[in-house]
Amino acid sequence: MSDRIFGVVGLLLALGYAWAALVIEESFLSDAVGPKAFPLIIATVLGLSSLVIIIKPDKAPEWPSFMRFMEVGAAIVVMILYAIYLPEIGFVIATALAATYLTWRLGTRPLSSVVSGCLTSVGIYAVFHLVLGLSLAKGPLGF
Amino acid sequence: METLASLADGFAIALTWQNLLLALLGCFLGTMMGALPGLGPSNGVAILIPLAFTLGLGATPSLILLTSVYYGAMYGGRISSILLNIPGDEPAMMTCLDGYPMAKNGRAGEALSLSGVASFVGAFLATWGLILLAPQLVKIALLFGPAEYFALFTLAFATLGGVASTNQAKTAFAAAIGIGLATVGVDTQTGVPRFTFGEVHLYDGIDFLVAIVGLFALSEVFLFLEHRHGKSDASGHKVSVGRMMPSFSLLKSCTPTMLRTSFLGFIAGVLPGAGASLGSFISYTMEKKLVDKENTFGTGDPRGVAAPEAGNNAAAGGALVPMLALGVPGSGTTAVLLAVLLALNITPGPLLFTQQPDVVWGLIAALFIANFMLLAMNIPMIGLFTRVLLVPPRILMPIVAMVSFVGIYGISGSSFDLLVMIGFGVAGWILRKLDVPLVPIILGTLLGNAMENNLRRAITISNGDWWTLVDSPLSITLWALAAIGFVLPIIFGRVLKTRMRHMAKDEEGAVID
Repeated sequence: MSDRIFGVVGLLLALGYAWAALVIEESFLSDAVGPKAFPLIIATVLGLSSLVIIIKPDKAPEWPSFMRFMEVGAAIVVMILYAIYLPEIGFVIATALAATYLTWRLGTRPLSSVVSGCLTSVGIYAVFHLVLGLSLAKGPLGF
Repeated sequence: METLASLADGFAIALTWQNLLLALLGCFLGTMMGALPGLGPSNGVAILIPLAFTLGLGATPSLILLTSVYYGAMYGGRISSILLNIPGDEPAMMTCLDGYPMAKNGRAGEALSLSGVASFVGAFLATWGLILLAPQLVKIALLFGPAEYFALFTLAFATLGGVASTNQAKTAFAAAIGIGLATVGVDTQTGVPRFTFGEVHLYDGIDFLVAIVGLFALSEVFLFLEHRHGKSDASGHKVSVGRMMPSFSLLKSCTPTMLRTSFLGFIAGVLPGAGASLGSFISYTMEKKLVDKENTFGTGDPRGVAAPEAGNNAAAGGALVPMLALGVPGSGTTAVLLAVLLALNITPGPLLFTQQPDVVWGLIAALFIANFMLLAMNIPMIGLFTRVLLVPPRILMPIVAMVSFVGIYGISGSSFDLLVMIGFGVAGWILRKLDVPLVPIILGTLLGNAMENNLRRAITISNGDWWTLVDSPLSITLWALAAIGFVLPIIFGRVLKTRMRHMAKDEEGAVID
């Protein structure tokens, strides 16, 4: 069943891609092939392979339980927040928070997670910024 | 003679303090990443590319660093196979079969050092193979026109699923997704934006580094979160190593095995669609047929440890041949190495050998140096690497995630790229659950533009005649190979995969009993 849904999504993707290729505005200076032909070929391959997946699906994978799904979902949200707020609160604090969360959710006790998260953040900062000179996001506190 | 002179020049480039230090660092990091289950060679190289890039290293030094990581990871994969019966990466699967029984018999140290020597022999011979074969392949590649290149790229995608692929539709799907992603951005030939939906960030196209790190490294983090697999695999196991050095007679008895399997592995590496996993599988099965008279394979026969290790390391070297000479990688990790080259603005292929020989030969010299370093590192320092196995993923995985973020942020300094990377991470996780291979996606994003450009160039030259694609014997041959390479796994793939799995299963069962 998973594969069938996946195939349908793939097929829709192929159609969407083909449509987006057809509406590309061509420039008046074009080569013999133009910017549309190759994407259309790829859309065909995408559509055909999706059809095969729908017709001959594999055994469904073991999907995680609802709770595990939420777990992954929460991690994704944390990462998105990290990406958005990184430039505003600075590298060290943001990374410490994100690393603490991930460590905790992978099954470390809360206190050890905080320690491990802070060490990860400070360690990366020391190695990549202080030693290797990579420019990392500066927060209001300068680190 | 000419080759040796170029090689000497290469050594002159590689033997600077900075490059030696980078090679040492790469070997060390690579071995650790190979040893840790869940962090294979492709992941390892993927995480480090943005770093090499943002550190502003030149082309040759970055390549030295990252190929050392590549070779190192191939060495490191065996450590957890032998000690824990868990392959550190896929090619090391076959090493479990005899390595773990040897460790159970109290000969872990011998198994580790013997496999270290076997890895060395395999990689060393394969590097010579690379030197001899790549220039020949370059001569053929110089005959290629745009039409042949287009056929060659198709061949690469058609065979990428590998002989052991079980579902070619999913491989084709993945390749199409990858190539489709590559077409996002301003069209290089006419200057019109495609698939950008008015988003300015997309005009430059999607950065393939962002895609690679997201698909490989972040999806791994999600997999661990899903299973909450935070415990160290080594905890609870008593890791005792025992006698370290293999005796001279043991080495001598394994020498013919190592030489044969190095050769076989190298061939498997050069051929498209085979790669290191198949290299070690073929090596093991052939040796079993050839020398296993007393049925000792699978019960801790040293030759059964030497065979797959020499085979997979030789295959790793062999896989560099098509990558450097044609610009078309034959395996996942070489695809990632191709990304390194492209990020450094180096286009691999026949012209690389004539225009930038310093890069090629510096790299080859670095491979030799890395090999000796790895041999030196892997025998006395093996105790250190076995301790790495004790680091639990619950500490390690967040570090992997954070280092990925640092690398990508370091390149562009934009939150947008981080968000795209997270998107790729989620997509990678779902696709892995559905058994869709990720390597074709990567290769698609890397080669998509070159593929389209060659197609358009070929057809422009022939004034719009599409038949030009099958106009020369060379391109017809390439198309035929592509067709065979795509169809063959549909027939044999399932059989081969089950046999590979079966073998590993049987042995595991025997061990538990």
